[in-house]
Parts: sequence; C-alpha cells; structure tokens
Amino acid sequence: MIDEPFADATSILQRIDPRVKIVAATAYSFTTALCYAFPTLIFSLAISVGIICIAGVNLWQVLKRLAIVNAFIFFLWIMLPLTYGGKAIYAVGPVKLYLPGIILAARITLKSNAILLVLIGLVATMSSATLGHALNRLKMPEKLVFLLLLTYRYIFVIQQEYQKIIRSIKIRGFTPKTNLHTYKTFAYVVGMLLIRAAERADRVYNAMRCRGFKGKYNSLSDFQINIQSLIFISIMTGLTIGMIFLEISYHG
Amino acid sequence: MDNRQPIIKLSGINFSYSANPSILNNLDFIFYNKDRVGFIAPNGSGKTTLFHLIMGLLRPDSGTIEIFGKIMKTEKDFVEIRHRIGLLFQDADDQLFCPTVLEDVAFGPLNMGKSKKEAIDISRRTLNFLGLSDFENRITFKLSGGEKKLVSLATILSMEPEILLLDEPLTGLDTKTQSTIVDVLSKMNMSYMIISHDIEFLKATTNRICSMKHGKILVDDEIYVHRHDHAHTLGNVPHKH
Repeated sequence: MIDEPFADATSILQRIDPRVKIVAATAYSFTTALCYAFPTLIFSLAISVGIICIAGVNLWQVLKRLAIVNAFIFFLWIMLPLTYGGKAIYAVGPVKLYLPGIILAARITLKSNAILLVLIGLVATMSSATLGHALNRLKMPEKLVFLLLLTYRYIFVIQQEYQKIIRSIKIRGFTPKTNLHTYKTFAYVVGMLLIRAAERADRVYNAMRCRGFKGKYNSLSDFQINIQSLIFISIMTGLTIGMIFLEISYHG
Repeated sequence: MDNRQPIIKLSGINFSYSANPSILNNLDFIFYNKDRVGFIAPNGSGKTTLFHLIMGLLRPDSGTIEIFGKIMKTEKDFVEIRHRIGLLFQDADDQLFCPTVLEDVAFGPLNMGKSKKEAIDISRRTLNFLGLSDFENRITFKLSGGEKKLVSLATILSMEPEILLLDEPLTGLDTKTQSTIVDVLSKMNMSYMIISHDIEFLKATTNRICSMKHGKILVDDEIYVHRHDHAHTLGNVPHKH
C-alpha cells in the first residue's frame, strides 16, 4: 500500500507553488550530489534539517524513512573502509582499515541524508496528484506523468485483486509448503494477477476513449507563483549558490 | 422532431471473439429517439458486446452500424459519436481513474474542448444533480462501491450525452443507491438502454424490454394481458398483485 504520511503536513511550505518546490529540491539535490568538500556537505545537511523542521512533518515518520536508507549505508561503512585501498590507518593482521574508504563512506552518508531530507521536506509533502500535475506543468513528458498518476490510482485496485486471489486460495485450504504444488500455485497467482492487470488496463483505456480521451491530459490544477514562492526560491537559490562558493573556496 | 426517428440502427451484425463461436449472429436492432430499452438475457449472450460495438470499442466482423444517420466505419467516426453517447461500465473502478472526483468528472468535458472554468462548472452542476455536491475533493479509490457508481454516472452525464448505455448499473449496490439511480433516470428526459438482470428495475425505468438469444435480439413490443395461476399463503383472502 502506498501511503503518503507527509502529504497532509500543514506548514508555510504548503503555500509555495509545487513547481517551485520541485525545481528548488532538484537543483539543491544535484548540487549536494556533486560537492566533495566536507564543510559544504555539512552545510547542506544543516539546510536539509532546517527545511524538515519548518515542513511540519511527523519527525518519527522521517526517522523511520532515514533508518531504511541508513541501513543500506551501514553496509557501505563495513565494505568501503576494508576494501577501498590507499593509506591504511589501522591494521589487525591481514585486515586493514583504509582512510580513503572511511572518507568516502562519510561523504555518501552526508550526501544521501541531506538529499533524502530535502526531498521529504519539499516533494513528499505533496500528494501524488499534485506532484503529477506540477511535473506536467514543468514540461515533463505527458506519458511519464500519466504513468505516475495511473500507477497511484490503480496500485490499490491491483492490490485488492491480489488479496482476492490470496483469499480464494486460502479458503480452499492452501498453506504454502516447500513443494511443487506451492510453487505452481504462486506462479498461478502471479500469472493471474498479470492477466487481470492487463485486462483492467484495456477496460480503463476503453472507458477513457468513451469519454473523448485522445492522448492529451488536461489538468484542472492552477498553480500560481505567489509572494511566498518568490521568497522561497530566492532563499533556496542563495543557499545553493552559497554551497557552490563554499565548494570552490575549499578547493582553492 | 418525430419521436420515432431511428438514431441507432444495427443491421446484419456478426461478431465473434477470435476463434470462439460467434456471439452476435446476423443481429438487427433499431433504437429510436426517446426510446428506453431494457436488455435482460443470460450471461454471455452478448449484451455488453453489443454496447461496445455501438461505442466502437469493438468492430463487427460484418454488418453496418448507423448512428445519428451516419454509417460508422472508422475510429474517427466513433470519436465523434462518443461525445453524444455515454457508456456506464459494469465496474466503476474501470471508469474512475483520476485521483480526485472533480478531476474525473471534468475529464470528459475537458476532452471535448471546454475551458477549465466551463468544465468545473458543469462538473459541479452534475455532482449537485446527483446529490454528490460535497464529493469534489474526495479521492476516487477511497469511495464506497455505491459512491463510485454514482460518481461514474456523473462522469458520463457531465459530457451531456444524448443517449446513455448503462451496463448493469445496479449490480452490487444497496437498495438506497439503487433507488437513487432509478430516481435519476426518471428525472432525466433521455434516451437510454439498460442491461440488467433485475426485471422490476427494467419495468420501472424502460418502455420496452428485449432479450437476446442465439446472437439475436428478441424484440417484444406488444403488451399481452395474461393471467397466471399461482399459490401463496392467505390466497383465499381478497388481495391485489
């Protein structure tokens, strides 16, 4: 189930034009991803934390999201320092800890957390529908916008169909075991789900054609650049340029 | 305008889904202006297929489809008539695909080239007419089955069609939503065809009921007065049926 735990956040950020938020978050994420200097990355993380604080989202939910990503990063902390090569700072027998590996792992940690936080604060606080329409206005190809909106709409229907199938095999006494019958049943479930999804897609498309659909999606939403949006984009531009200057000055 | 003017004319329609025995077999049918036709027939007798042929979602193997006096041949012909004929699908989940109710109801009018303001106005009017005025910003997939059905009807009515094709509009609905649909149909002065298994519903909403058999439509225009012998408790007390 796709839930949108951040979409109902109420904060000053909700009054900013979604397009502005998407553009700002993208520019800022790319800048963060391309910077190397630690002062810049720490500055970047600080900005992200600041954005999260004013975004009015449930901080517990944010921490849960961060935990998932940092679980992956944890493995990098095990792998990189041991295998990266270069200058070893510590050695126990054949096992060596390499300094460049530690530095790289630290950079990845800072960058991914900073980008994740800013995306939660600025993009995840929109509903998928708003996001789709905003991307549409930003000249994102119509097919991709459609893909996003229809996925959002029908993932629930497909999930319901999946549950229907699972229920129907359960009431006939199916319990998964390690045998051919189980594998075959699961193959049927997946196959049936694919067929039903494809047929559903046909019917939805037919219903859309009946209502005059010709491949063009007309969005009802009107986005307006208001004064808050202008202030916000000025601040974000300033901070992003600040990051670039910090990066350049560090490299000398 | 002559009330008995034919607006949909099917002649010699043959249709089969690939490699299966034919569903429609040399079918002829005429639908007149202001006609209210009910179809009651067993599953698999081709009722839904018939609707899909009229909308141009399926093409007949042979035969001609004439709608509003024009022979339908190409997809382009059908694109034009789809604005004038509204098809309500059996499953409301097929019909509602936008995230919010208002967007879904406005989808048809926008496709017809109406401006945003016009589309929103007409959508609000339609929702109002169906008693759904506070549904605008509801999320479509979170509606109940009955609400979904009424909203799907709104998405069709907002295109202001001249003919409605309703494919089992009552299936899966509670009695309250069922009676809302009956009310709405009687309030509108429209031509329509309804597929249903509910003979009482068809009697209340249509002026002729057809059946289908062997890929043909059995038209029964005449009303026969007839008697049944029947048995029930308290039958000896004077009563009415």
